[in-house]
Amino acid sequence: MRATRRSSSLSKQRVTADTLSHSAPETIADVFRSESGDVIATLVRRFGDVDIAEVAVQEAFLAATERWPTDGVPPNPGGWIMTTARRKAIDRIRRESIRLPRSVAAMALGAHDDEVINDTGVIHDDRLRLVFTCCHPSLAPAAQVALTLRLLGGLQVDEIARAYFVPESTMAQRLVRAKRKIRDANIPYLIPEADDLPERVAAVLTVLYLIFNEGHTTTNGAAIARDDLTEEAIRLCRAVRELLPHQLEIVGLLALMLLIHARRAAREDIHGGLVRLGDQDRTKWNQQLIAEGHALVRECLQRNQPGPYQIQAAITAVHADARTIHDTDWAQIVKLYDQLLVFQPSPVVQLNRAIAVAELDGPEVALSLIKGLPLKTYHLYHPTRGEFLARLGQSEAAIRAFEEAISHTANRAEIDFLHTRISASTSLPK
Amino acid sequence: MTQYLLAVYGVADQPNYTSPEDQEKAFAAVGVFNTQLQDSGSFVFGGGLMPADIATVVRPDGDGFVVTDGPFSEAKEHIGGFWVIEANDLDAALAWAKQGSAACGQPVEVLPFQSNE
Repeated sequence: MRATRRSSSLSKQRVTADTLSHSAPETIADVFRSESGDVIATLVRRFGDVDIAEVAVQEAFLAATERWPTDGVPPNPGGWIMTTARRKAIDRIRRESIRLPRSVAAMALGAHDDEVINDTGVIHDDRLRLVFTCCHPSLAPAAQVALTLRLLGGLQVDEIARAYFVPESTMAQRLVRAKRKIRDANIPYLIPEADDLPERVAAVLTVLYLIFNEGHTTTNGAAIARDDLTEEAIRLCRAVRELLPHQLEIVGLLALMLLIHARRAAREDIHGGLVRLGDQDRTKWNQQLIAEGHALVRECLQRNQPGPYQIQAAITAVHADARTIHDTDWAQIVKLYDQLLVFQPSPVVQLNRAIAVAELDGPEVALSLIKGLPLKTYHLYHPTRGEFLARLGQSEAAIRAFEEAISHTANRAEIDFLHTRISASTSLPK
Repeated sequence: MTQYLLAVYGVADQPNYTSPEDQEKAFAAVGVFNTQLQDSGSFVFGGGLMPADIATVVRPDGDGFVVTDGPFSEAKEHIGGFWVIEANDLDAALAWAKQGSAACGQPVEVLPFQSNE
């Protein structure tokens, strides 16, 4: 099974020598982020073992930290890492051949395929296979996401731990356990058989959407977003769609991600600050992505088998249609949220519906709708409540809500934005 | 190839089947499944077990042994039967487990054997 190559508009920015500065630590971190997923996926296929692949990649990067500062960054850093990691893996398998019989066998079988190792089509398939391994139903959902972020997203264990509010040691243990289960239970490194695909794809979509969201608003760190993660999620979603072209929820998720990603340039001001949907310069929205997203939403509507991702895509498409926030068809959005609630009667959906209701029926009605929702630890609950209160002129309560919101996020840009909301509310007439 | 234990679980003091007809149907289905498993070459060993309260527990005690009335586990759920199969990977084992579970109408736990490679 071969998946498509990367589309040009969303291709991951490959790190080349030209784009690298000479300050090695940052360079190596950049290369790690963009390349480690490819290299791990390739080595897992080659040697049949996640742990060997991961350790080899770490050793290759360690070698890079020793060599690049003195020798200079190689012309093709990703290729250098791939070659070095492959050598490290082979060395280890030879050294520990008794302990690693499966990898010895895999190594013997794969002896002839070294020459295709840099073929992006092959790598692409490798990544897709690894996604299905990471999202195997025999792994706990929390482990599925963590493993995908670690192996394919190139996130460090402490970053994933912060993203999921658990201590680093807990996350490290969760990852170790998941990798051990892949090895000991012999979870295959394959795209599932056609019969199993629909059932297996649901978990993959959940994980891809979580990765997209982590890229869209990083839970921590200085940057608003990590475009490599959002684009990776989109790329993998395209590949999954090729496997199951008739499953409309995949189409819906792809449309949803494209339409959200289309706003990327408008979401961030020149200082790296967060710009709200209502304040965004919509001329900066990526019309090519919007056109593709709209076409996908239309395809879903024609087939008329709605599902949660399709409905969320339709909501985002309504936003994309509006030239300004005031042109938004809020009644249509509220209607779509009502439909979504049928599939997902969750408090988060109710919160989002209330935001649309606020535009239609005013903040007082919206405030009453979110009162008592069990969302006290959800990072978007408090700022939403704060906005409603601010609009009602209840500045003190609004400020308290924004302050509460700050305690629930570690994203620098979000925190800065909330501070501006507090200042704005402070200057409101009481 | 990995060997897997497919363990069928039931709840103690609770009949696994609501009627004799149900039980008969399940037994017949398990028979069909056993044949399929054997014909595929994946079957290693298997069988149904007596109720857990029939079990006896033996444990080492100094130089001798203590023998007590079982079962060992105080859990309500007990293993009621099992298959040992050989499969390419976990997905293949899970496919057999699904069929086995459908046949006997009980949950099946899939656990790989330690490899002696």
